[in-house]
Amino acid sequence: MNKQKLIKFFGFKFIRFIILIIAVAIFSFILLDLSPIDPVNAYLNGAAVSEAQRQILQQYFGTNVPMQTKIYHWLLDLLQGNLGTSLIYRAPVIDVILDKFSASIVLMAISWLLSGILGFALGVVAGKNKGSWIDKAVKVYCYAIQSAPSFWVGMLILMVFAVYLGWFPVGFGVPIGVKSTDATFMEWASRLVLPTLTLSLVGLAPIAMYTRNELVQVLSSDYVLFAKSRGEKGWDLIKNHGLRNILLPAITLQFLSFSELFGGAVMVEQVFTYPGIGQTAVAAGLQSDVPLFLGIVIFSAIFVFVGNLLADISYYLIDPRIKESEFND
Amino acid sequence: MIKKRERDDKKQWYIYPANLRTKTLVIIILSAIVIITIFVSGYFIRDIPTSFKSANQMPSLEHLFGTDWMGRDMFQRTIAGLGLSIMVGFIASVISTFISIILGLFSSFNKVADEVVAAIIDLFGSIPHILLIILVSIMFGGGVIGVIMGVGLTHWTPLARVLRSEVKEIKTKEYIHLAENLGKSKVWVATKHILPLIISQIIVGVILMFPHAIMHEAAITFLGFGLPPHEPAIGVILAESMHYLSSGYWWLAFYPGMALLIVVLLFDLIGENVEKLLNPETAQE
Repeated sequence: MNKQKLIKFFGFKFIRFIILIIAVAIFSFILLDLSPIDPVNAYLNGAAVSEAQRQILQQYFGTNVPMQTKIYHWLLDLLQGNLGTSLIYRAPVIDVILDKFSASIVLMAISWLLSGILGFALGVVAGKNKGSWIDKAVKVYCYAIQSAPSFWVGMLILMVFAVYLGWFPVGFGVPIGVKSTDATFMEWASRLVLPTLTLSLVGLAPIAMYTRNELVQVLSSDYVLFAKSRGEKGWDLIKNHGLRNILLPAITLQFLSFSELFGGAVMVEQVFTYPGIGQTAVAAGLQSDVPLFLGIVIFSAIFVFVGNLLADISYYLIDPRIKESEFND
Repeated sequence: MIKKRERDDKKQWYIYPANLRTKTLVIIILSAIVIITIFVSGYFIRDIPTSFKSANQMPSLEHLFGTDWMGRDMFQRTIAGLGLSIMVGFIASVISTFISIILGLFSSFNKVADEVVAAIIDLFGSIPHILLIILVSIMFGGGVIGVIMGVGLTHWTPLARVLRSEVKEIKTKEYIHLAENLGKSKVWVATKHILPLIISQIIVGVILMFPHAIMHEAAITFLGFGLPPHEPAIGVILAESMHYLSSGYWWLAFYPGMALLIVVLLFDLIGENVEKLLNPETAQE
């Protein structure tokens, strides 16, 4: 892989990224502008004001200007990194998002890793013992968990571990009455366990199914038959011929799941009242906090794009087969 | 003389000798009957009697799923909620199917149209699905309409992607070139030559869209968008049961979620079996 190709690859991705974010920004803005939410009413939140004051506010928010001007100003502000002020938190949107996103990133990163490792391991075990009870159990589990709403799984886990067994606190990022900066590491970590567990249990199903099916396919191929006839067997056979073939596509698939990961985090944070980006998004949507919601949409689009980019990198740049074929061009 | 063995050892033993096609059909019909029963009975359950005497009861023979804080029978509420979910899922699937058919056929017109369709699919795929649904439902002002449109306008991307690649393949066929050279219009080619070939993909896509739509409907009502709290939607029931989790009323959350899971699994089952029947590679087994 030469340097020029790398620059071309990343340059192409960068241009794509810019176009996509602008498209997402315009698209989500138009959708929210068409909605019946009146920014003045959302700001006043039911407070009684005179007609003159209302007009001043309308002037301030610019509700009466045509849509093109609004979009133009919104894009201009976006370029300068100014996402406006959140109506719920009465703070700059960018600060709120960075604060909440960092709490969610911990949750999502741990469950992403756990679901990837567990899912891959389960898939390998199931694929190796095709047709056995382990394989059947893994398959049934994957089908069931993929058809179950993730928030319901979260509620069951909450019931079992927090209410019945009482091992973990029921919710909230830190104990009530303690500032989030004052909480000890243990207090903070104990509230992270159940949401992470839920997200991992839900997230491992697709990767396990994929790994299982791929491994079964690889094991029925001719070169595995040849390897068997040479006397290779058991774990060595899987390691030398199976894992090498399926590990990279599995990693790519796991990177592509960032969108579902975010969606799962939204639901799970709501169940466990974990103060992350998902809960903030729901609050912003329910209380018509338009600037905050737009900001979250854009940040989530960036998040998903990063996942797809990492998947592309692992696919094009790391895979020796594709690297070689590009080299031969 | 050796007596010829009457039974073929290779054959597996069945209660009733049926080939794959019959078995698939039986599975489809049984699942469809269950779902239609739920839907119809959900439609007829209107007023569930409240009695505070029998509030918060454990599941028993009288109340299969227990009762909630107002003494309402949870089994009836669950069935009513499932009926509502199936209806919302149905309307949303119809909307999504129309969008994906139109976009799929539109992509056959020329290269620019194809790129436009690909760009729209990319745009919809770049925002996490749940945020997109919230966005669209806010645009329609929330309520039942918001939920239906939110779910309906966002579920077409997988089917549209499949249709687009199918259309691309069909476009290379000779009869398409022939029709174009004969001066037939693009719309004529799209509806007469392309649409009949992708019908089976559409049918399978619609049925497999259903469970996703139902799950997202439950998720979005659980978050509090759309349906009002007195409506017995599954998401509303589960959101309500959140308040009683710490009191140990596990049946309020467990059974409605389980029922939803079963319905989703049934739809998946129908979808997979219909695909088996329609796919020429597996239909004759």
